[in-house]
Amino acid sequence: MKKVIMGNHALSYGAMLARVQVISAYPITPQTQVVELLSEMCASKALEAQFIKVESEHSAMAALIGASLAGARTFTATSAHGLTLMHELLHWAAGGRLPIVMGNINRALAPGWNIWADQNDSLSQRDTGWMQFYCANNQEVLDSVIQAYKVAERLYIPAMIILDAFSLSHTYEVVDIPEQSQVDAYLPPFKPAFRLTPDEPHAFGGLTSPDYYFELRYKLQKAMENVPEIIEETGREYEKKFGRYLGAVEAYQVDDADLILVTSGTAGSTAKVAVDKLRKRGLKVGNLRIRLFRPFPFEIVRHYLRRAKKVAVVDRNISYGHHGIFYQETKSALYGFSSVPIFGFIAGLGGRDITPETFEEIIDYTFSHETPEAEIIWIGVKK
Amino acid sequence: MMEIRFHGRGGQGTVVASKILADALAKEGNYVQAYPEFGVERRGAPVYAFIRIDNKPIYDKSRIYTPDHVVVVDPTLVEAIDVTVGLKPGGIIIINSDREPEDFRFQEIYRVATINATDIAVKYKLGTLATPIVNTAIVGAVIKILNLCRLESLVEAIREGVPIKPEDNIRAATEAYEKAKTLL
Repeated sequence: MKKVIMGNHALSYGAMLARVQVISAYPITPQTQVVELLSEMCASKALEAQFIKVESEHSAMAALIGASLAGARTFTATSAHGLTLMHELLHWAAGGRLPIVMGNINRALAPGWNIWADQNDSLSQRDTGWMQFYCANNQEVLDSVIQAYKVAERLYIPAMIILDAFSLSHTYEVVDIPEQSQVDAYLPPFKPAFRLTPDEPHAFGGLTSPDYYFELRYKLQKAMENVPEIIEETGREYEKKFGRYLGAVEAYQVDDADLILVTSGTAGSTAKVAVDKLRKRGLKVGNLRIRLFRPFPFEIVRHYLRRAKKVAVVDRNISYGHHGIFYQETKSALYGFSSVPIFGFIAGLGGRDITPETFEEIIDYTFSHETPEAEIIWIGVKK
Repeated sequence: MMEIRFHGRGGQGTVVASKILADALAKEGNYVQAYPEFGVERRGAPVYAFIRIDNKPIYDKSRIYTPDHVVVVDPTLVEAIDVTVGLKPGGIIIINSDREPEDFRFQEIYRVATINATDIAVKYKLGTLATPIVNTAIVGAVIKILNLCRLESLVEAIREGVPIKPEDNIRAATEAYEKAKTLL
């Protein structure tokens, strides 16, 4: 059924179709509508789930950790300060190998109080052991929730579905909402290998001495390394059932491209408008949108970028004292494999708009310079 | 691709107007993208809503700066702000007003259409006398003036998407549709 829905509600419908059993959340702009709709679905019994109201995001994640340990499929959504307040529990969820799925609306962190799009909230959680999926449109948001449960429950790794504040969260687009029976056929119920039950008592998350802790972390990393392959497998299966492929990246016009943009989120969609326009002028440009940021799909990125003559990475984030974060990852992916010049641009912090013209400026700069003049090239900073 | 900007005041249903229009257009197989002004809305303050319409997927997620047409839901805004900012030459300015198009002075590169949506909303008791909800009537006029879709698609969209007084809203939209004249 096709329906015009906002990005926030695409998350809600995704969770509903995944038949989540426990939802716990605390409201925060620009996320609130995600859990508002889910609470309505719970109240009307459109969704048979427990909705646990809590006093903070820290408690929301704590509640889901308990529910997930008991074997329930769990969901929450948050943004910016809500996510950073959860930080400690993100480690608990991943370290506990609990396949929790959450939506995060990319919003800037204060101060300057700002509710607009910026990736620093989720990227500052990159080392917590969660998978991270950055979405470019509302359809992808809904589809990603369903795929994320499939991958998460197979590998016992939690997943974050990430969308830009307002340019997705509050933007209405046509979304094909699949039939429940089709989703059921793709995503079977969650049956964890171990769970908290009075019939068979276990202890979880207890004291772990240096004799064992190291191996637990080794296993989490080994599971992470399997993610790109499982994304490919589940993404192809999704395509067979629903007609939409869900891969680690979206490669657009890259095959013969001299210059390849590396982008993420909604900017990765807008970039395609600039690519189309410049291709009409005869410039061979392409766009590689990174959908899966954690684990970073090194081999796939390498595969697409190593033939390019130049690479321009566009970051809506910054690691202070370092560079744009996708820029760091891209350099790391190509190190030792290619000597292609990599340009790192920072644009759009705190919701400053990223337009097709922004990409034209970036492409112009990259074509007109042999190598970048600095590690960070700032786009649109007012002097 | 066509881009339209709506001007209203917080509490008038301007954002809902763009959503209803998106619903109606999607029913005819169009690709649509509708969004409110990014940020905080206050009752009575000027608010904006935007819509992109195309026959192919819309990849541009940036904001709309140079709309093809504008819709002014609250006529007092014509005096208060410049509703033509960024409006492309040839653009149509659709105003909710009891006045005639000739009564408005804009640059000659634009055309004006008026529809008395407030009167229609009051007639069908939509909202209150003090703050009538004019959005369904406005959209009825917009789809006719800009030749965007069939009335039946809008009627269906209102029936599915407007929880309060859907049938009266349909009557209001239909009356506005019938009163308006196509300019495109």
